Amino acid sequence: MMAEPTATTDIWVSGTEAPDVSEWMVAGTDEGAQEMERDETVERSVEQRGSRVVDDWVVDDSVDDDERMIVNMGPQHPSTHGVLRLNIELEGEIVRRVKPIIGYLHTGMEKTAETLTFLQGGTNVTRMDYLAPLHNELCYSLATEKLLGVEIPPRAQAIRILMTELNRVSSHLVATATNGMDIGALSMMMYGFRERELILAFFEKTTGLRMNHNYIRPGGVAADLPDGWEEDVAEILERIPLAMRDYEDLLKENPIWLGRTRGVGIITADECLAYGVTGPTLRAAGVPWDLRKSQPYSGIEAYEFDVVTGSRGDVYDRYRVRIGEMHQSLRIIEQVVDTMPRGDYKTTDRKVSPPPRQRIDESMEALIHHFKIYTEGFKVPAGETYVAIEAPRGELGCYLVSDGSGAPLRMHTRAPSFSNLQALPIMMADSLVADTVACIASLDPVMGDVDR
Amino acid sequence: MAQLTAPPQLLTTTLGKAIRWSQQQSMWPATFGLACCAIEMMATGTAHNDLARFGMEVFRASPRQADLMVVAGRVSQKMAPVLRQVYDQMADPKWVISMGACASTGGMFNNYALVQGVDQIVPVDVYVPGCPPGPQSLMHGILTLQDKVVSGELAR
Repeated sequence: MMAEPTATTDIWVSGTEAPDVSEWMVAGTDEGAQEMERDETVERSVEQRGSRVVDDWVVDDSVDDDERMIVNMGPQHPSTHGVLRLNIELEGEIVRRVKPIIGYLHTGMEKTAETLTFLQGGTNVTRMDYLAPLHNELCYSLATEKLLGVEIPPRAQAIRILMTELNRVSSHLVATATNGMDIGALSMMMYGFRERELILAFFEKTTGLRMNHNYIRPGGVAADLPDGWEEDVAEILERIPLAMRDYEDLLKENPIWLGRTRGVGIITADECLAYGVTGPTLRAAGVPWDLRKSQPYSGIEAYEFDVVTGSRGDVYDRYRVRIGEMHQSLRIIEQVVDTMPRGDYKTTDRKVSPPPRQRIDESMEALIHHFKIYTEGFKVPAGETYVAIEAPRGELGCYLVSDGSGAPLRMHTRAPSFSNLQALPIMMADSLVADTVACIASLDPVMGDVDR
Repeated sequence: MAQLTAPPQLLTTTLGKAIRWSQQQSMWPATFGLACCAIEMMATGTAHNDLARFGMEVFRASPRQADLMVVAGRVSQKMAPVLRQVYDQMADPKWVISMGACASTGGMFNNYALVQGVDQIVPVDVYVPGCPPGPQSLMHGILTLQDKVVSGELAR
């Protein structure tokens, strides 16, 4: 039996005699499985604050320990959306406690960001939430620009909104597709990815890549929209609403789908706020909180759209909210196409943006200038900032500290999936084992976003 | 029926060739999606790109039913033992495709967190470049592997 960490050895004040932690350090690295064991000395409600699971569990002490079973799910599991691992404590078919274990995709991106210049940083952040790469780039760029204090031309802002809203549609398409697949509606998987290819083809044409674009950069965007972009977007605007009618036929009133999602994985608005849950999950609980309305960015306040909310906060409402948000995003895209301003696609501030190609042929100074920006990067004034945008999964924030050099001193991302994942134990309170995958899928966590 | 008097239609081959041909024709991949590449792997499996053309649409959730492991994404130090265990659980003959820059070399993340190339843990047969490789790249990697199997270059 290994010694448990006690109150005295838990916190070590430097200057005092260091406790012998060798024994329980070993226990502590055992992936948290030991924390699932019952510890009679600890008040149960302290273990998992706010969780209804724990409260019920304390009241019902009549069940024999032998009837409880801890099941491990993941990290290699088809329905955990990547490499999420769950320790699930079962009492027969009922889930009593859930403990998400993360870190299986930890890539050290926040550390890597410190070694890359502000201009290179986009390649790094775009790989965090790989279903919404453009949102990551936008958030990072907005934070950098806030420190720089540069003006972004209206066309660049409109392009950013166009691209991020398209990205929101493609991300929600994957969320709906995988949600369907996890519950057994396999055709939804095929439909969702079919329309996603349409958007990705446009992304490839514009940015050169299907994913991980590094298209939105501090100072504007990497390139102007390609010739004939209006037709491409018009095709997307025409085909996706038609396809979404297919999804509605398939799922909206499907009795099996309703049975598997209605009243499953309920989370209330209060619980969402307590756990920092944002995005479709919060809105499905009835809170009309959308950063595009409350803290508009990149000129999105100029476009008309509604915040879609649900009322019950269950899996079905989250699916409805995503479908509704896709419609609203298409509405925004339509307005962007109609009002796309002319002009520069990146700032003309020569401190940030290199001179045009033509000038490099004419002037030695311009060549040196170009070289300096792409090797050292531009200097960003010292300071710290936090910028948040509404990513498909919720509030995506970027905290950036600069010491006046060409690379950030510290970069931290407030990942929506990470905070949303905390809600999983609450959602799965006293639910059936079979609802586990429905709950995970409805949260739509991206493990790249959680672990970074 | 007019064929009755004709000599029976025969196809002769060696046992080895027949085995390799059948191995190539139904190579079931294990679902081992890790990061961005997993999304492209899913996209390869769905209708638009249709991996079923190569007899590979049956992604198996259990490694015991899979022949091929597509390591799709960055392998963290924490994930490495899990990956090796899944590989060990697969029944012979088995193959590994390393999909994407991160799985092949660590990619752009040369830091403390990532395994710098999955070939440090499992033997890799085909490397697919790209970040992430598009469905066409992955399918090219798969066809390369199938060629290698049927030619006997990768005898298992």
